[in-house]
Formats: sequence, C-alpha cells, structure tokens
Amino acid sequence: MFHIYMESSHMFVYNLALSWARAPAACLNFNCMLILLPVCRNLLSFLRGSIQFCSRTAARQLDRNLTFHKLVAYMIAFHTAVHIIAHLFNFEFFMDAQLNRNSSFLPFVLSEIGTDDNASFLNPIRSNETNPTIVMFTTIAGVTGVVITLALILIITSSMEVIRRSYFEVFWYTHHLFIIFFIGLVFHGYGRIVRGQTAGSQQTNKPHLCADRFEDWGKNESDCAVPEFAGNPPGTWKWVLGPMILYVCERLVRIYRSHQKVVITKVVMHPSKTLELQMRKKGFHMEVGQYVFIQCPSVSRHEWHPFTLTSAPEEDYFSAHIRIVGDWTQALYEACGGDKTETQEAWKLPKYETGRMGDGPFGTASEDVFRYEVVMLVGAGIGVTPFASILKSVWYKRIQNNQEVFTKKIYFYWLCPETEAFEWFADLLQSLERQMAEKDVANFLSYNIYLTRWKETEAAHFRVHHEAENDPITGLKQKTLYGKPNWDNEFTNIASKHPGTKVGVFLCGPPQLGKSLEKQCLSHTEGDVKFIFNKENF
Amino acid sequence: MGKIEWAMWANEQALASGLILLAGGIVGVAGQFRGWEFAAYAVAAGVFVCLLEYPRSKRAKGTSVERSGQYCFTVCVKAFGPLTRNYYVRAFLHAAICVPGGFMLATVLGCVCLGIASLIYLAAAIRGEHWEPILPRKDVRKPVAESIKNPPQNPPPRPPPETRRKQAKDLEGAAYDNPSSVTDD
Repeated sequence: MFHIYMESSHMFVYNLALSWARAPAACLNFNCMLILLPVCRNLLSFLRGSIQFCSRTAARQLDRNLTFHKLVAYMIAFHTAVHIIAHLFNFEFFMDAQLNRNSSFLPFVLSEIGTDDNASFLNPIRSNETNPTIVMFTTIAGVTGVVITLALILIITSSMEVIRRSYFEVFWYTHHLFIIFFIGLVFHGYGRIVRGQTAGSQQTNKPHLCADRFEDWGKNESDCAVPEFAGNPPGTWKWVLGPMILYVCERLVRIYRSHQKVVITKVVMHPSKTLELQMRKKGFHMEVGQYVFIQCPSVSRHEWHPFTLTSAPEEDYFSAHIRIVGDWTQALYEACGGDKTETQEAWKLPKYETGRMGDGPFGTASEDVFRYEVVMLVGAGIGVTPFASILKSVWYKRIQNNQEVFTKKIYFYWLCPETEAFEWFADLLQSLERQMAEKDVANFLSYNIYLTRWKETEAAHFRVHHEAENDPITGLKQKTLYGKPNWDNEFTNIASKHPGTKVGVFLCGPPQLGKSLEKQCLSHTEGDVKFIFNKENF
Repeated sequence: MGKIEWAMWANEQALASGLILLAGGIVGVAGQFRGWEFAAYAVAAGVFVCLLEYPRSKRAKGTSVERSGQYCFTVCVKAFGPLTRNYYVRAFLHAAICVPGGFMLATVLGCVCLGIASLIYLAAAIRGEHWEPILPRKDVRKPVAESIKNPPQNPPPRPPPETRRKQAKDLEGAAYDNPSSVTDD
C-alpha cells in the first residue's frame, strides 16, 4: 500500500498522512465485512450443525460469536480513530498547499493543476478562501464520514455493559444505526476525493525524474509534462456487499420463522414470581439446552426476549420458565392473568392463538452434553434453567425409554443464593430422585445443592433439622450444603473416580465462576483424565 | 421504552465526548494546525467534561455500578451542590462548552458528540432525573441488647465452703436454694 503511494507524486513530497489514513481504511473495509457475520444467528446455528460432524472443537468456537463481534467492533473504533486523525493532518497540509501561494513550493504548484478544467486536479481543496471544516461539510466523503462516525459513537456508548444490561431496548434500537453506518460507508468513497496520477500521465511525467523539476513542467525543453490526476473509484462495496446480503437474508429468515403460529397450551404460575409457559408450534424441533426468542404482541410489538427451553425434546410441547424481573416480564405475567386469583379458561387468555410468535431454537453449548461419558453440570441461580431441559431429557432417554445413553454419570451442582425462586426446579429434582430410586439407578445422577446465602433465622432452623431424613429446604434426600463448593476437592474426587475418561464441564452462570472453573479444568487435566470446559451465556 | 434513566446513557455519551474533544484538541495543538487556540480550549474543556462526568450517579431503581476510583471525583462533584445535581444545568453547560469546538475541524466531532449528550441530558432533566452521589454505605450496627451494657456488679453467689466441698462427692446433697435473688429485679 505504501509502495503504490510513494510512486504518485503527491506522496513523494507531501507527507505520509494520506498513507496513515488509507491503511486503517483498508483495515476498516476488512473489519466491516467481518462484523455482520457473528450476528447472523440462524446462519451460525446451521454452520454449527454441519461442522459438528467434522470437528466438535471447531463448532464450539462458534459459541463465542458475541465476543468476536465485540472484538471486531473495538478494532473498527480504533481504526476509525487513526483514520480520522490522519485525515486531520492531511487536510491541514492540503490547506497549507493552497494558502502558501509561492511558485517555488511544490505543493502549491500541484494544487494549481486542474484549476481550469476542474477534472485533473490533485488537491481536493480547490481554493484558498475556504477552511477544512467547510470543505468537510461540502464533500460527500466529509459528510458521510461525520455521519457514520457519529452513528458509530452512539452505537458504542449505548452498548456499554451498564446500558446494555439495564436498558436493553435503548441498546437494541440504537444499535440499528448500523444501517446508516453501512450505507454511509459504501458512499464514503463516491466523491472520488482521493486522487492519484493517471496511468497515461505517468508516462509523460515520471515522478522519480520530474518531482524536483516542478518549475519546468509543461515547458518545451523539459520532458516533464504537467501531470494529470483522477479520483480512485470507491472500493468498500466490494468488501461489505456480501455480508450485507447475508444479514438481510438472516433478518428475513427470522421474520419468516416468527410468523409461524405458536399456541399456548398451558400456563403455570410457580411460586416466587416464576411463570411457566407451555407452547406448541408446528414443525418445531429442539435439542437439549437450546433457547428461543419470545415475543408477545399484546405486551410489546418489537421486543423479543431470549429464554432457555426447560422442556426435553421427548415431550410433546416446549416450555420456558420465565422469572418476573422487569417490565416486559411483568406485563407478560399480567397478560397471562397472573395477578388474578381464579383460574382462567384457555380461550380467555389474550391474543395467544393468533399473536404469540416464537423465534428459534438457537443452539448453544448444552447440546454437547450427551457426547461425554461423564458430565459435570454447574448451574448458578437462574443459570439452572438449561439443565432442567437436560435432566428431563436424560430421564426420558435412560429411565423411561431405557435407551442406551453414552453418558454414564452426571454430577450436578446447583448454586443459589436463596431458597425461593426455584421451587419448580426442586420439584423436578424430587421427581427424578423418586423415579431413579424406583428403577434402582440412583447412582446415575449425583447432585449437590449449595445455598450460598441464608438468613440468621433460617440457619437456626437448619441446625435443628440437620438429622431429618429429608432436607428441610428442598425436601430432597440429598442434603443441601451451605456456602460455596470446594472445587478443588470436587474435581479431584471426580478425577479419581473416573480415570481415563473425558469429563465435560458445563456451566451456566456468572463469568467469575466460569474463570475459576476453567482454571480448575486446566489444572486437573493430567494423566488420562481430561476436563473440557464449556460455557453458555446470553 | 420502559423505565430507562436517560441520564445513564447521557453520562456515557458525555464521557466519550469529553475524551474525543480532548483527543481532537491534542491533535490540533500538537500538529500546530490553524486555529490551534480552539484546540487548546478543547483540551481544557475535554478534561473538565471528563472530570465532571466520571462519577456515575446513583440509580433511582436498581443497583448502581461505580466506575473504579470514582469516590474522590464523587466528593468533588457533590461539593457543587445544585449546580451538578440538576440536569438542566448540565444540559446547558454542555451545550455552551461544545460551541467553540465547532470552529476547527479537529474538534468538530467532539463538539457534535457533546451536543448530543446535552440533548440526552435535557431529556433526562425533563423526566425529573437528578444526580445522586454514590457514597459508601455506613453499616448500621444492630443495637446492642440492654443486658450487655450492665455487667454484673457483684460476683455470682456461691454456697458456703462446706457445701462446696460436698459438691465434689455428692451432687444431690450439694443442691441448695440460693438465699439472695438471682434475677435482675
């Protein structure tokens, strides 16, 4: 890139500012091509499904799509900054060239070229009665540049974690400024403001011979004609057109899928503000641990919220357990008649038969659970939901259908700060426990529940009932443990009980827990036991 | 759009604008561009805006996440009382600060970004939001129970020496009724 520009005469004498601007521009072309790809969810789901037959490791990389998207975004921001700063210097030099009206100053001489025909000029600043700011607002490149940079800055500030986690709608709607960003980006080069010496002119005025003899250009004795310049054609569209088309297809697929009718068959109110929706959709097929986006038009026409599926593929409906924590979930709860005490007839529930739409399912790491012989499942708080689906599926396969499952042993760890809010899950564990005892396969699933926070008054109750057969909190035979698990011990135990196996570790929970589990996996992978860490998050 | 506190987004936008204004100003001064005086102003204005916007406000609803090391800034900003508490003042202040940035190419971007931040602050002010400092909570110690404050003045009543010796051999015989009352009447 620099080599080409060294040949054109304005680079020979001016400065490297234009190269400094063109280099990040090339990187920006590349990055803007990449940034749309990780958010094509349906495409990624499809790729994940196909690649899995070749290499599961490769397929797992696709779980990190959001991290990749953010990384590319940071690169775009960085390159934009370098690009703008370089152009600031560039404009200064171009302006200098017009203001310093001295015939023995090459930049001025070059700027004078093309003043008559207004075609073969080099300096985009055409007169000395202007200033860089005015020039910027009167050129296509300048205006598009300002607009897309503003769009980028607004996208970035509304994507900060604080805003994203608290006010998702602001983040989501502002992020759609990317449409303006891409349109502006494609038109950014349309004014052909970056100019280089034409090929024809390079024969009559060879820069390396004629650059110093600029006072003699065009004169009869010299063999240097006056050079001619033309603008370079815009090139960004070649990079971004493909991904833009892919993304448009992605959105169309989402719209199509979302129009398929979803029918609510049952609504269950669980204690502690948890709503379970059981739904049916024609042609719906899911795997364990996948998630769907749900929209309820009577609540909000434009909001789609992701929820992990808590039903197993073997069931004839799909369900999601939704915690009432924000406006949308609260409104959904009320629309389902949650605030009314008497039972509601199904046909009275608002708008469900015609309006409810679901988009998905989308795959995440949990699908891999059944590929491991020994599995550690760790769920923290609400993160336990994907495991509901997995455990139910395990039960159906192993116990009801008596299928041969590759997975021989599951260690389940559930960390929660409070006893309420997950009674529905405790119920699931209770019924699993009962059924496993009946079929005499109690050793298949070993679960540990850790209560990480408790009140003083409760603690006294636990102490007194310590010897009871069933746990005072969950009613399960397996006692609840208090505090956080000692992961070192747990991993060592499992490693010693299952030598020579690959143990899959699956986490749905906070990132700090993920980091510590990842470390444990690495440190305990020795000899023939391998711990392989899989993380899921939204 | 739900119960969004616009001030949170305005704060992020204003902080970003302060940094952009600062960067533009540094470039303008370092490159000795024409109009570098505006760039010098932008450096000062950028630093001021960053200092003002660094401490996050406490949220009206929900948990507030502090920026690291923001405590000293919180104290300084809090010292200005209603000037920093009120978002109308901030909106107009940012609008005023951003104007000189528009006169030079290097600082134009910072100017426009700060203008946008000013508009979002105006929206926040119209909705009645205001800045609250995030201060460390003082733990309220549970009131100590009354009986602990009054330690016993007298030693516990003990049986006479003969009875004490008997205690070691014969527990039944050692039991005796205390002549003085042991309750705190």
